[in-house]
Amino acid sequence: MAAGKDLPGGPRGGAFERPKERAGVTLRRLWRYLFQYKWMLVLAVLLSVGGNLLALVGPKLSGYAIDAIKPGPGQVDFQTVFYFAALMLLFYLFSAVFSYILAALMVRLSRNIVYRLRKDVYDHLMQLPVHFFDSYPIGNVLSTLSYDIDTVNTSLSNDLVQVLASIITVGGSFFMMLSISPILILIFVVTIPASIVFTKYRSKRVRPLYRRRSEKLGELNGYAEEMTGGLKTIKVYGREANFQKRFEERNTAASQANYEADSFACMAGPTVNFMSNLSLMLVSVFGALLYMGGGITLGGVSSFVLYCRKFSGPINEFANIISELQSALAAAERIFRLLDQQAEVPDAPGALELKHVRGAVEMQDVCFGYGEKPVLQHFSMSAQPGQTVAIVGPTGAGKTTIINLLMRFYDPDAGVITVDGKDIRSLTRASLRRAYSMVLQDTWLFTGTVLENLAYGKEGVSKEEVEAAAKAAKIDGFIRSLPQGYDTVLQDGGMEISKGQKQLLTIARAMLLDAPMLILDEATSNVDTGTERAIQAAMLTLMQGRTCFVIAHRLSTIQNADQIIVLQNGAAAECGTHQELMDKGGYYRSLYQAQFDTGKA
Amino acid sequence: MKTIFLYIRPKLRQMSLQLSIKFAGTIVELLLPWMLSVILDTYAAWGNQTMIWIWGGLMALCSAGALAGNVIANRMATRISRDITISLRRDLFQKITLLSARQEDAFTTPSLISRLTSDTYNVHQMIDRMQRLGVRAPILLLGGVTVTLSLEPVLTLVLLTALPLLGIVVSFVSRKGIRLYTRTQEALDRLICRAQESMTGIRVIQALSKTGYEKARFDADNREAANRECTAGLLMNLTNPVMNLVLNTGLTLVIVVGAFRVNNGDTQPGTIIAFLSYFTIILNALMMVSRLFVMYSKGAASGRRIAEVLDTPGEMETLSLPVANQDLHIEFEHVSFSYAKRKNDIEDINFSLLPGETLGIIGPTGSGKSTLLRLLLRLYDPDAGVIRIGGRDVRSIPMKELYTMFGTVFQNDFLHTGTLGDNIDFGRDLQADQLVYAAKAAQADFIFSRKEGFQGNMASRGANFSGGQKQRILLARALANHPQILLLDDSSSALDYKTDAALRRALAKEFGGCTKIIVAQRISSIRHANHILVLEEGHTVGYGTHETLLQVCPAYREIARIQTEEVE
Repeated sequence: MAAGKDLPGGPRGGAFERPKERAGVTLRRLWRYLFQYKWMLVLAVLLSVGGNLLALVGPKLSGYAIDAIKPGPGQVDFQTVFYFAALMLLFYLFSAVFSYILAALMVRLSRNIVYRLRKDVYDHLMQLPVHFFDSYPIGNVLSTLSYDIDTVNTSLSNDLVQVLASIITVGGSFFMMLSISPILILIFVVTIPASIVFTKYRSKRVRPLYRRRSEKLGELNGYAEEMTGGLKTIKVYGREANFQKRFEERNTAASQANYEADSFACMAGPTVNFMSNLSLMLVSVFGALLYMGGGITLGGVSSFVLYCRKFSGPINEFANIISELQSALAAAERIFRLLDQQAEVPDAPGALELKHVRGAVEMQDVCFGYGEKPVLQHFSMSAQPGQTVAIVGPTGAGKTTIINLLMRFYDPDAGVITVDGKDIRSLTRASLRRAYSMVLQDTWLFTGTVLENLAYGKEGVSKEEVEAAAKAAKIDGFIRSLPQGYDTVLQDGGMEISKGQKQLLTIARAMLLDAPMLILDEATSNVDTGTERAIQAAMLTLMQGRTCFVIAHRLSTIQNADQIIVLQNGAAAECGTHQELMDKGGYYRSLYQAQFDTGKA
Repeated sequence: MKTIFLYIRPKLRQMSLQLSIKFAGTIVELLLPWMLSVILDTYAAWGNQTMIWIWGGLMALCSAGALAGNVIANRMATRISRDITISLRRDLFQKITLLSARQEDAFTTPSLISRLTSDTYNVHQMIDRMQRLGVRAPILLLGGVTVTLSLEPVLTLVLLTALPLLGIVVSFVSRKGIRLYTRTQEALDRLICRAQESMTGIRVIQALSKTGYEKARFDADNREAANRECTAGLLMNLTNPVMNLVLNTGLTLVIVVGAFRVNNGDTQPGTIIAFLSYFTIILNALMMVSRLFVMYSKGAASGRRIAEVLDTPGEMETLSLPVANQDLHIEFEHVSFSYAKRKNDIEDINFSLLPGETLGIIGPTGSGKSTLLRLLLRLYDPDAGVIRIGGRDVRSIPMKELYTMFGTVFQNDFLHTGTLGDNIDFGRDLQADQLVYAAKAAQADFIFSRKEGFQGNMASRGANFSGGQKQRILLARALANHPQILLLDDSSSALDYKTDAALRRALAKEFGGCTKIIVAQRISSIRHANHILVLEEGHTVGYGTHETLLQVCPAYREIARIQTEEVE
């Protein structure tokens, strides 16, 4: 997986297009996540305040100790030195303990938030209609799940505490310096405005540069990911050089964008140091002058220098934090946009469980389109319990759409679909879907053992039942030839097994499910004829007494159907049994004859 | 790291200049606290105002010098690391495209992707940061110690006693931390894999109402990843407080010991003040060093993964081998091959084709049909036997030449983001009329009925097209260049019979001169081939024409019977 933890620019543009929300809304929603852990947060604030205040006292104490060290031999007031040294040790110890407890607290807080965010996003994903996954690249969703959540989390947990700590440090140092020498404070009249001007200038310049950098890097990574999937094809077309060149363009663009952002951003560190050094210089000169006039002690100058360093650091840090917060906000916006995707319309209130299914299915005057373009237009059909309905037609005629509607992956724009006379919108989705077993064009296996993959969808089946289903699907022999048989773990969705075998496995899964209705979508088109015949025999047994919907390009699969619907341009062009349609001599007949057309005609 | 160093070497000269500038800038900065002590202890004590102003001016100059030096050096560093990254990434991608299919299989695609993306990124970060902090941190550290030594050797020794202790803490924490982070990364990878998997299977999941189950599984992975992250974080966060505590303790000791020294007249209070300033510098430098350490280990681990790919020796060298019978276009002679080098996946395969002939290959799933095509394409070399094209052993044909001969469609072949036209052209800069011709021959007429035509958008893996449309686009790609040899691996299975028949007619008419090997499940796709090869578990169980096979090959007869009996 390329969605590495610290890869900037994971998210590629274009996903989840929606008008940008105001930052305020995003912030408020983020706050809700934090608010769940309000007690941890309160504790964190207390610790942070306490720890930082303790650390602030240190330099002051060291100043007192140094004051007790009078220049010249024999002048040192040891008692005072020891006293303050002991105090210093105590304060530093407490400060260290506090800051570790704080850090540990923040680690836990961020663990909880990350966990929560990931859970919310994933749980929401599982509720989204199939439509979402049909239209958005999975890569983008994944980068939200990993990269965006990480960004938000880092920022929430680190920056928040840092902002707090900085405020305390700045305020505290200022107060301390004021108590040491109100006059010497005046040097900040010079350095603070300079810092602010620089910070503002920098963040204004850097922001678009960083955005560009993420964009370009995202493009590069996306390209690398895609092309690596097609290496063999690139090789057999001998196009390596060509794709290398295209990669190179993106590589250069990404590196250049990175350079432009970095070469500007890398000024920040030295500038921060410069400000701090400048303050040191001013404190030295004016401190020395004051000291000569007796306006300050040496210890005072010493403490002042230490506070001064503490003071200027955070001010410049703010710029970094602000830019981090901004990227966190952008990431949070992507997360929330994902969470705002409309989940499947919930089951109607009082929706009924579909029970004791007989299997009478009817579609009345159904219209449907995925977007502007209509796919089904006033389509009607009806299947009696136990009937097999075959749907044929050219690609793109809307065959798969019918399945999508029957399973209620989509709702029709107009018209009604009923099962046993009940409008499927009045039924719970879960019970409706459980009424079907389904073998789809795209076989899906997950990382897990063969057994787990087969038993998926049916809880509490025995190993014997699974094996029986596998035998019926003629895949038992293959499974036994695997290194660990039924306990072999399939990696990466079964990358190592052939497509035909995958299909047999999903057929076995469907057989095991034993639902009252059956959907076969081009399920057998990749299985060789011998195997297909065996499967068909098993399928016929399975189909007995069940309502079946079959989509297949092989007419042999559907010849025995009770009803064949020829779909053309989103409507049923022809309908009848094989014989009726052959006699009719329409599209079906020409389709059927094409099967034996060898191309030499 | 040796391989990565090869990329750094050409930049060494620039780098040393950069490092020198950085060095100078850092040294200048180091002088500042010392100047402070001079002002306080010498001139303030004497009451010499002019000298205070002069030294103040010097301090300002040094600050400006440090600023300039560091900015220039940092910019140089980003430029250098940019150049190194560009060439490293370029070479890595180049190498990846040149890996043999076997090597590619061994690395696995996801791993190659992460080497190209996260690993190059980590190396870039390492090179960049090393240049910026790699000099600064040690100099600040060593310089700080040196200056303090010259200021006050005894006080420095007090400070130095803290260093070994710090070293132990830092090295323990980072070593353990790196291990913990690796484990975290593994858990995260698993998490992402899981999410990806369930998104691909969302239809099945929702159809079986398994969303609850999937959520629970994800939750377990999520919890694991979050907990590992937490453990690592708890450990790593130990460094700063401990470091602060140790150093602050040292600082307190400095004051106490300093008190004795001042009392004995060995040193001055101003020196102690300067000392405290250096002390902050040393502290920061130490933090930088510990961060550098983490960054280096991360970068080095990534560097190793990149080097693994770069150092892979070239396979599939072009051999010089004698030329045999040149009349035959394609010839397989006693070819055997195994992917895993255990059981043969195909065994003793023989056939030969004259130019313009067609070979049909039929057989059950997993019988080795696709393997034959891969061997002919020399994606793999056979373990035994010889494959010849035009009488030349494929191993003796330079890759460049070899691949211009073919038009190939694999099962579920590669389609990429871009336009439809891009995917058919596939980087060959074909003429517009060639594209149109190929699309027509491939029965991809749907392209012309679309408003955008060839400019239409193609999503990654062709996700916005149906199975049949994808197959026809891929066919158009294979046909577009009028290849000598056409290899079609189950490439019309998603077409309905009518389109399939039209395709066969077009192939016979327009591509009659081209030698074809067609892997199919349907007999109708291959029954008129000059030769048909029937495979079962890697063995030839029949070879001949449709008519002969019907008579002599029971396996073929069985397939034919199943597929034609429905005609009656």
